[in-house]
Amino acid sequence: MKFDTPATTNPIDQLKVVGQPVDRIEGPLKTTGTARYAYERHDVAPNAAYGCVVGSAIAKGRIVAISLDAAKAARGVLAIVTAENAGKLGKGDLNTAKLLGGPEIQHYHQAIALVVAETFEQARAAAQLVQVKYERSAGAFDLAAVKDTGTKPKPGFGGPPDTAVGDFAGAFASAAVQFDATYTTPDQSHAMMEPHASTAKWDGDKLTVWTSNQMIAWSVGDMAKTLGIPKENVRLVSPYIGGGFGGKLFVRADVVLAALGARAAKRPVKVALQRPLIINNTTHRPATIQRIRLGAAKDGKISAIAHESWSGDLPEGSPETAVSQTRALYAGDHRMTAMRLVVLDLPEGNAMRAPGEASGMMALEIAMDEMAEKLGLDPIEFRIRNDTQVVPDNPAPPPGGSDPESKAKDEKAEKHNPHPPFSQRRLTECFRTGAERFGWSQRNAAPGKTRDGKWLVGTGVAAAFRNNLVMKSGARVRLDKHGTVTVETDMTDIGTGSYTIIAQTAAEMMGVPLNKVVVRLGDSNFPVSAGSGGQWGGNSSASGVYAACVKLREAVTQKLGFNAADVQFADGQVKSGGRTAPLAQAAGEGGLAAEDTIEFEGLDKKYQQSTFGAHFVEVGVHALTGEVRVRRMLAVCAAGRILNPKTARSQVIGAMTMGVGAALMEELAVDKRHGFFVNHDLAGYEVPVHADIPHQDVVFLDETDPISSPLKAKGVGELGICGIAAAVANAIYHATGVRVRDYPVTLDKLLDGLPSAG
Amino acid sequence: MKGQTRPPVTQETLLTKVAFNVNGKGQELQLDPRTTLLDALREHLHLTGSKKGCDHGQCGACTVIVEGRRINSCLTLAVMQQGARITTIEGLGTPDKLHAMQAAFVKCDGYQCGYCTPGQICSAVAMLDEIKAGVPSHVTADLRAQPQLTAAELRERMSGNLCRCGAYSNMAEAITEVGRTA
Repeated sequence: MKFDTPATTNPIDQLKVVGQPVDRIEGPLKTTGTARYAYERHDVAPNAAYGCVVGSAIAKGRIVAISLDAAKAARGVLAIVTAENAGKLGKGDLNTAKLLGGPEIQHYHQAIALVVAETFEQARAAAQLVQVKYERSAGAFDLAAVKDTGTKPKPGFGGPPDTAVGDFAGAFASAAVQFDATYTTPDQSHAMMEPHASTAKWDGDKLTVWTSNQMIAWSVGDMAKTLGIPKENVRLVSPYIGGGFGGKLFVRADVVLAALGARAAKRPVKVALQRPLIINNTTHRPATIQRIRLGAAKDGKISAIAHESWSGDLPEGSPETAVSQTRALYAGDHRMTAMRLVVLDLPEGNAMRAPGEASGMMALEIAMDEMAEKLGLDPIEFRIRNDTQVVPDNPAPPPGGSDPESKAKDEKAEKHNPHPPFSQRRLTECFRTGAERFGWSQRNAAPGKTRDGKWLVGTGVAAAFRNNLVMKSGARVRLDKHGTVTVETDMTDIGTGSYTIIAQTAAEMMGVPLNKVVVRLGDSNFPVSAGSGGQWGGNSSASGVYAACVKLREAVTQKLGFNAADVQFADGQVKSGGRTAPLAQAAGEGGLAAEDTIEFEGLDKKYQQSTFGAHFVEVGVHALTGEVRVRRMLAVCAAGRILNPKTARSQVIGAMTMGVGAALMEELAVDKRHGFFVNHDLAGYEVPVHADIPHQDVVFLDETDPISSPLKAKGVGELGICGIAAAVANAIYHATGVRVRDYPVTLDKLLDGLPSAG
Repeated sequence: MKGQTRPPVTQETLLTKVAFNVNGKGQELQLDPRTTLLDALREHLHLTGSKKGCDHGQCGACTVIVEGRRINSCLTLAVMQQGARITTIEGLGTPDKLHAMQAAFVKCDGYQCGYCTPGQICSAVAMLDEIKAGVPSHVTADLRAQPQLTAAELRERMSGNLCRCGAYSNMAEAITEVGRTA
């Protein structure tokens, strides 16, 4: 099904099941520990041997010699895989560094060996016996020190490296009020609860991996490429994923090494990356340095806005696209953005929940708070005055190649609109609704003036903004003689609620209750879906299921000989004219099946599709110690139709929680001499715990967006993390009068500036 | 030891026998003494509900209830639990017959990816018993008074169980609901 014109009325609009806050359908499995994750497949690989990964002890250089003798002689050892004996390996399209290093080492804890043994204890002990002699070479590990060596990155997900509209320099120079500040965000880790884990099994030249992966089709391709085998020979299964946040978008060392280990040991092998290895072995959200300049008239209208960002990555890597939102969020006739990328020899930087916006909003939304104060305006009022219903800076996509096919495509493409309208944009309403509910009007604007005993109390706001991406997504739907509808798609559920919203979509479309729908996900034998990433998964994959259900409805209608024009599916019955038949009857003994893929064309270019929100935070800062406690949190979101208010709310509170981490504690400490993240486990890398998070309120504005998809829904999984950290930082400023531009806002950065205790 | 001949080391001599009760059922295992209780449960008894998030006592995903008290099963060797009564998530309820805490987690959406969930639920069940038994916490103001299930007590006592999906607010509602009706 092509989706190239706005949605009109369709069966989803009945909202009998879709839009209802139903419990997750896999809830009873997850809460009883019976959902099987990748390392727990005793059912399909009962005799799996255990692999333990050895990580490089240097950040950059070479392995001069590696001795496996002691490890091989250790009890229980079945095989040891290294780059020397693994055979020729490719590199996945989506990987920057190799997943099995040696002799060249590209980053600290890059995997250099897998020790496979009968038991976990034996593998772990033998891995300690692998002896490696390294030759270290110099590397660059300090972003600030090498910032000026930055070069223009290739245009990618975040658009071109440079954009400009009007005359920023001139407008900024002549602005009545000017603001210029630099912010830093540190490297952060996904720190999902389930380690990257895989069980691999070969049947001849065919490989099956049970793994923990967000993007099944991408990863089948990259597994095939890495191992040098045809894609058809790789099956990837990932029904439950213990958190991903972007860290499991790609094939990582666990799955490649499990496959190589299984080949070497001639039996199934399972590998979970050891927790202390994960942070340096896998990807992370790269640190940024961001400079923001704002020029405005005295009435608060922005005339000039500039956002520049510097980040680092391994050679051939990509930037943190922290300037993206600044091209679309606020009005202003004269503007520029720029991204520069430096080469760092730290572990691979890559996507983490809301790449680009999460970091960019951390800086931009403090800057907006600072500028509002400079203008003497309420921070909400300042933002509302600079609202825009069209995109102020929409750079043209880069032209395709010079080959005939790309040229034809370029010619066919619609004329580029430098200021497309937003399909929906209710940012102002988010702020107004939130202000009302939060009691914003009661706020004393002066910082450091509100006390509650020993606590300095402050409130802060920030906008939330994240684009809504749509991705091609397929599904197969089967109807059996019992009237049960089974949906199969390689879509994944990383905690997002995919199982449930897909079931709701199928139930609504086929007119059956939720308990008559079975959802099977995360298997490369199923139709290729959008997968889970970039908050595109929910809306796109449910739309793919919608498309397949439209086909199945046609097949049912035809089978029953009903009139397609007035056919209705409800309560397990199919009705048309005066006739009624049970849905199960259409299936017959053999059942009926339909498969389709939704393809989005045109509307995502013609309109800017984005999601919006407003974050409100109240903090208490201890007047003597500087300890920060978050006391209240509210997010008001406008993100199209909410397919399931219960799971969507969970997405938002979860993202808000991760944003509190970004604001207050999360920071990978870089050892700038040896080039690694020092706090590489869950004790050293602090994430929010129960005690850090108060009750969280979320309000969804009642909205449908027919431009986005047949479901009129949008992504909501990442919106909540965009802006929230700045809202916390702004609240801390309001409480204390201390402005911190260097995340995380830890108490050591507050102490000197706290109001005198006496 | 000089001059003595050591007995030959065989696979069997390296194993240690341990017996304990898991979810009401007696279990006898021959284990490598390095095996943690968590790995004994997951890899030997195939009770994979208890999760391995860190293997270092940092995340709480492996929380089980031993003799009525919650512990990180990755931080205890299986052989240290000789004779112990152990309850894992599988012993609390089943998909068809959920424990009240499991049902409340489903109802309040107190989980997302599900990986920390069994540990959170075991921890919550034992935590309510700790409050009942009058065990104080870091935030208990009056050590002589019976602690109450306040928001602060609940959040403090559950803070050994990390949830990266950030379902804390919903878990607090689920646990409070069960605590009030228990």
